[in-house]
Amino acid sequence: MATKASRSAARLMISPAVLLLLGWMLVPLCLTIYFSFLRYNLLQIGETPFAGWENYYWFVTDPSFNAAIKNTLVLVGGVLAITTIGGLFAAILLDRPMFGTGIIRIMVIAPFFVMPTVSALVWKNMFMNPVNGIFGRIATSLGFQPIDFFGQIPLASIIMIVSWTWLPFATLILLTALQSLDQEQLEAAEMDGAGWWSRFWFIMLPHLARAITVVILIQTIFLLSIFAEILVTTNGGPGTATTNLTYLIYVSSLLQFDVGMGSAGGVIAIILANIVAIFLMRMIGKNLDA
Amino acid sequence: MGQIQLKQISKSFGDVEVIPPLDLHIEDGEFVVFVGPSGCGKSTLLRLIAGLEDVTSGSIKIDGNDATATPPAKRGLAMVFQSYALYPHMSVRKNIAFPLKMAKMDQGEIDKRVTDAAGVLNLTDYIDRRPSQLSGGQRQRVAIGRAIVREPAAFLFDEPLSNLDAALRVGMRLEISELHKRLDTTMIYVTHDQVEAMTMADKIVVLQSGVIEQVGSPLELYQAPRNKFVAGFIGSPKMNFIEDAEAQKHGAHAIGIRPEHIEVGDSGPWKGVVGVAEHLGSDTFFHIHDTGLADPLTVRASGEVAFSYGDTIHLTPREDRIHRFDERGMRIA
Repeated sequence: MATKASRSAARLMISPAVLLLLGWMLVPLCLTIYFSFLRYNLLQIGETPFAGWENYYWFVTDPSFNAAIKNTLVLVGGVLAITTIGGLFAAILLDRPMFGTGIIRIMVIAPFFVMPTVSALVWKNMFMNPVNGIFGRIATSLGFQPIDFFGQIPLASIIMIVSWTWLPFATLILLTALQSLDQEQLEAAEMDGAGWWSRFWFIMLPHLARAITVVILIQTIFLLSIFAEILVTTNGGPGTATTNLTYLIYVSSLLQFDVGMGSAGGVIAIILANIVAIFLMRMIGKNLDA
Repeated sequence: MGQIQLKQISKSFGDVEVIPPLDLHIEDGEFVVFVGPSGCGKSTLLRLIAGLEDVTSGSIKIDGNDATATPPAKRGLAMVFQSYALYPHMSVRKNIAFPLKMAKMDQGEIDKRVTDAAGVLNLTDYIDRRPSQLSGGQRQRVAIGRAIVREPAAFLFDEPLSNLDAALRVGMRLEISELHKRLDTTMIYVTHDQVEAMTMADKIVVLQSGVIEQVGSPLELYQAPRNKFVAGFIGSPKMNFIEDAEAQKHGAHAIGIRPEHIEVGDSGPWKGVVGVAEHLGSDTFFHIHDTGLADPLTVRASGEVAFSYGDTIHLTPREDRIHRFDERGMRIA
């Protein structure tokens, strides 16, 4: 019953929450933009003069900026590809009736609840360590040279760790979507002469389009800000091999104590994230309308 | 061609035997209706024929060839599902074309067949719409269109009209019957509605807990039901069953008399008090109480008969229309 009175009452009631959220967002945003135009380094005590676009200029022309952008894209793209395809595969397997389904499902979702720092440390020390890690041991026992994961393939290693965390998320959402597929549709397709692959391609995949969109959108938002896994494993190295944009901002503001530069990086990251968001919404958001 | 022969087929889910071994022969071009109360195994039987379920034992022959182990797509049967099972992301055209596309048919031939089917089923105006933009009856027709383009040996219908409203159901019932006359293809139709069974079938198969109670033409079942279950299931309103003294008079454990075979008048052997009357215009169904026979006794009278609640009336059963049953509920000939 949306009468005029109830509508204005609703607005009145919701306004404190909206104002709080607005302030929560606007104050840091404005401060960041403000700092990004100052020459503001914590190592230089005293003046913080206005610097114009200087911070932006130096941040963008820094050679590690290009590397960071590239690494961010590879990291996000790689994890998305692995989790979406892998999640699809896992969901189809888990959709089958089998013994101990409940326990297996809990085991599958478990990695998602492990904190990023913890999972990264476990991977770093127990799996990927060339001397003591399981992979190293296996390689040595088979007579191969063990791979130094974080030295030789640092970015791929990080992608692996992050994918391990996010695979359950994709699996769970896709599994739920798959279970909502009308079984009669699959049977009808079977009667119509569609083999397994055709049923997957023409019936299951279109049915899952919306769920896949949700998985990609949500994951992209979180993957753009991957930080903990990098901090505890490679510290952005070797060189800038695993420095993504988030990590580069951290380096500028907290390792080089250049608040101005860090803020400029932050503003660039906000703009990039919004571009990605608009791009994604445009590209696949139409699936959400249908 | 569409001759189907079921030989001693049975189906169990785990320890539960849903269908005990049964035999059934379906002639080419026949319209066969499986009818029975819900849970009687009629849909399971249809799915066994379709190949969507594996038989536990026995064999299925289609046109003389053993099809027991043939996958559903290779049996040459087309099925219309209760939920229609249309593909929601495809247009009507693509839905109808899907089985042909799966059969890797030439695109020109596909277009021709889809256009023909759409014409036959009055779908031409909606051919580029999605299923979600269609009404229930139109969706039903798309589902039928998807079945007929394949030119199958037999059509299988799984309660196809149960999601439609009453008026549409009558219309679609006619359309399906028309389609059967025109295509002259075997159709197997599952329903729990005995009116659908009576109006459409060449041959009715009455099932109860997986067992075939009787097979026959609608009139055979109506005139000579083999047992009390069939007698009570076929015909609307239900047949009146009378036991004890009145049945003894006819030398049976129980007798049955249909409401339309009892005459109402001022005199007659049976007497009762009028209860609720259901006026349908052409007919009126009276529920008669205190007859000492069955309570209530249902009687059909022509629409214009005017009795009111509480009137006492006399009834005359037509002797030649009394069905007699023994202790086991079987018909006494």
